[in-house]
Amino acid sequence: MPDPRRPTWGTFSFGLVMGTLSTAALLLLAAPTLVVLVTSFTDGYSLKFPPPSYSLRWYVSLLDAWQLQDAALTSLQLGVVVTGVSVVLGTAAALAIGRSRKGWARGLDALFMSPLVLPALAFGLASLMFFSTAGIELSFLTLAVGHIVVSVPYVLRTTLASLAQLDPALLESSESLGAGRLYTFRRVTLPTIRNGIGAGAFIAFMSSFDNIPVSLFMADARNEVLPIRMWQILENSLDVRAAAVSGVLIVVTVFAMVVMERVAGLSRQLR
Amino acid sequence: MVASTADTVAPAKPLAGLEWTLALPLTAFFAVFFVTPLLLLVVVSLFADSEMTRFGLDQYAKFFGDAFNWKVLGSTLFLGVKVTVLTLLFGYPLAWLYTRSGPRMQSALILVVILPLLTSVVVRTFAWVVILGRDGIVNNLLLTLGLAETPLRLLYTENGLVAALVQVQMPLMVLPLITTLTRLDPNLLDASSALGAGPWRTFFKVTLPLSLPGIVAGCLLTYAASVTAFITQSLVGGGQLLFMPQYIYQQTITLHNWPFAAAISMVFMVSVLGVVMLLNLLGRASKGYIHA
Repeated sequence: MPDPRRPTWGTFSFGLVMGTLSTAALLLLAAPTLVVLVTSFTDGYSLKFPPPSYSLRWYVSLLDAWQLQDAALTSLQLGVVVTGVSVVLGTAAALAIGRSRKGWARGLDALFMSPLVLPALAFGLASLMFFSTAGIELSFLTLAVGHIVVSVPYVLRTTLASLAQLDPALLESSESLGAGRLYTFRRVTLPTIRNGIGAGAFIAFMSSFDNIPVSLFMADARNEVLPIRMWQILENSLDVRAAAVSGVLIVVTVFAMVVMERVAGLSRQLR
Repeated sequence: MVASTADTVAPAKPLAGLEWTLALPLTAFFAVFFVTPLLLLVVVSLFADSEMTRFGLDQYAKFFGDAFNWKVLGSTLFLGVKVTVLTLLFGYPLAWLYTRSGPRMQSALILVVILPLLTSVVVRTFAWVVILGRDGIVNNLLLTLGLAETPLRLLYTENGLVAALVQVQMPLMVLPLITTLTRLDPNLLDASSALGAGPWRTFFKVTLPLSLPGIVAGCLLTYAASVTAFITQSLVGGGQLLFMPQYIYQQTITLHNWPFAAAISMVFMVSVLGVVMLLNLLGRASKGYIHA
C-alpha cells in the first residue's frame, strides 16, 4: 500500500489538471469584467484593447446622454416597483407553502418556480399577446407585471430556504407563552427569514434591472429600459459610451454586492 | 411533562390552519399574468393563417415541413449542449478548489463567481465583443506572436459564441456544485485514500458520483439559460448565426407573424422542457443510486 502522504504521479497529475482547469475558469470569470473596465477609460473612438491612451472622456459624455439617462431611470424605477411587489407576494406565498408537505403546496411551488426554467422569451411574447388581445396598451405597469412574474421565483427560493432553517419548536414555545400570531411573526419568524428575504429582494432587483427577454417585447418607446438601450447601441454602432455605462454598472454592482454580503450574507443565501 | 416536539399537536388557534390563504395573492397573480398568457400562446399558435381567421395546425406543418427550421432548432439545442459540457468541465474543478480552500480564499472565490451573475448580461457580452473583435485581445496576441498574418474573424462565429456563453453562464453551474461538494462527507474521501485509492480513483469513484445531484442542477440551469440567451446570441453570434430566440423575435417584431411566432415558441418551449425533464429524471436516478 503506498504512503498517502508521499506525492505520487497520481497526486501530481490530479493536482495539475484540477489546478489548471480551475485557474482557467477563474480567469474566464474575472477577465471580461476587467477588460470592459479598462476599455471604458480609453481616449480613442474604437473598442481597442489595450486602449492607445487613457481618459475620462466617455464618462463625461454620459452627463449629456439623456437617452441613456432616461433609460437608466426607467430601469431603476421599474426595479424598485418590481422588487417591492415581488417581496410582498413572494414572502406571503413562502409562508403559506414553506412548511406544508401537501400536494397543493408542492404544485404551487413548482408553478411559481417554473419561470426560471421556461424560455423567458416565450413568456415575453405570450405577455405581449395577452395584453394586446385584452386591449390593454403597453405601459410601465404592464412591463412591471411581466418583470414580477420572472422575479418572484428568486424571492420565493431564498425565503423558502431560510424558512426551512426555522425550528417549529420556536413558534410553538412562542405561542404557548401567550404570544399572538402577529407578535410571533414579528419577533420569531421575521428575524430568522430576514436575510433570506433581503438576498431574494437583491437578486430580484438585479434580475429586473438586467431583464431582456420580457422587456424585449413589453418595453415600448416611452418606457425604454437600460439593457435594451445598450443592446441597441452595441448592435448598431459599438459606441464607446456603452463601455462607460458598463463601467458605472460594474462599480455600482460590486459596491451593492459587498454591502449585501455584509448585511445579509448574500453568498450563503445564493447557494 | 416530557413531550417531543414532533408529536405535539398545536392547540386550535383562531386563524390557525388558514396560513394557506397567504398563497392566494401570488396564485391569482400567476393565474392571470403567467398561465393565461401561456394558454393564449397555445391558442394563437393554432391559427392557420397570419390574419388569425381560422384554426388549424398549419403553422406547425409549416415549421416542420422546412429543413431550415429543423436546422435552427437543432443548432439551438446543440449549442446548449456544447455550452453545458464545457461549463461543467471548467466549473467543476473551480467548485472543487472552493471546497479545498480556507475561509478567506472561499469568500474571495465566491465573489469572483457571483460577480458575473450580477453584472448585466449586456455588459458581459459586450466584454466578449471587445475580446473577440478585429482589434481585440485575442487577435492582438495572435498577431504579436506571429501566429496569424491578418486578424482572424472570431466574432460572429459559433466558437466565439460558445466561449462567451460558457463565461456568461458559468456561475449557474458553479453555485449548485459548490453546495453539493461542501455537503460531501470528507471521511469518505479519507476512507477511499486510506484504502489505497489514488486521487483519480477517489475522484471518479467517490466524489463525482456523490456530486451528481449538483451536476444535474447546474446543467439544468446552464442549459435553460444558454439556449435562451438572446443578447449574447445576437451580439456575439451576429447576423450569420440564427437561433430560436432571434427567430421568434424576428417573426414577432419585424414580420408581425403572430401565429408562426407562437408556434415556433411552443416548439422551442416544449423541446427545452423536454431536455430539462430528461435531466431531472437523471437527477432522480442519481439520487437513488447514492442512497442505495
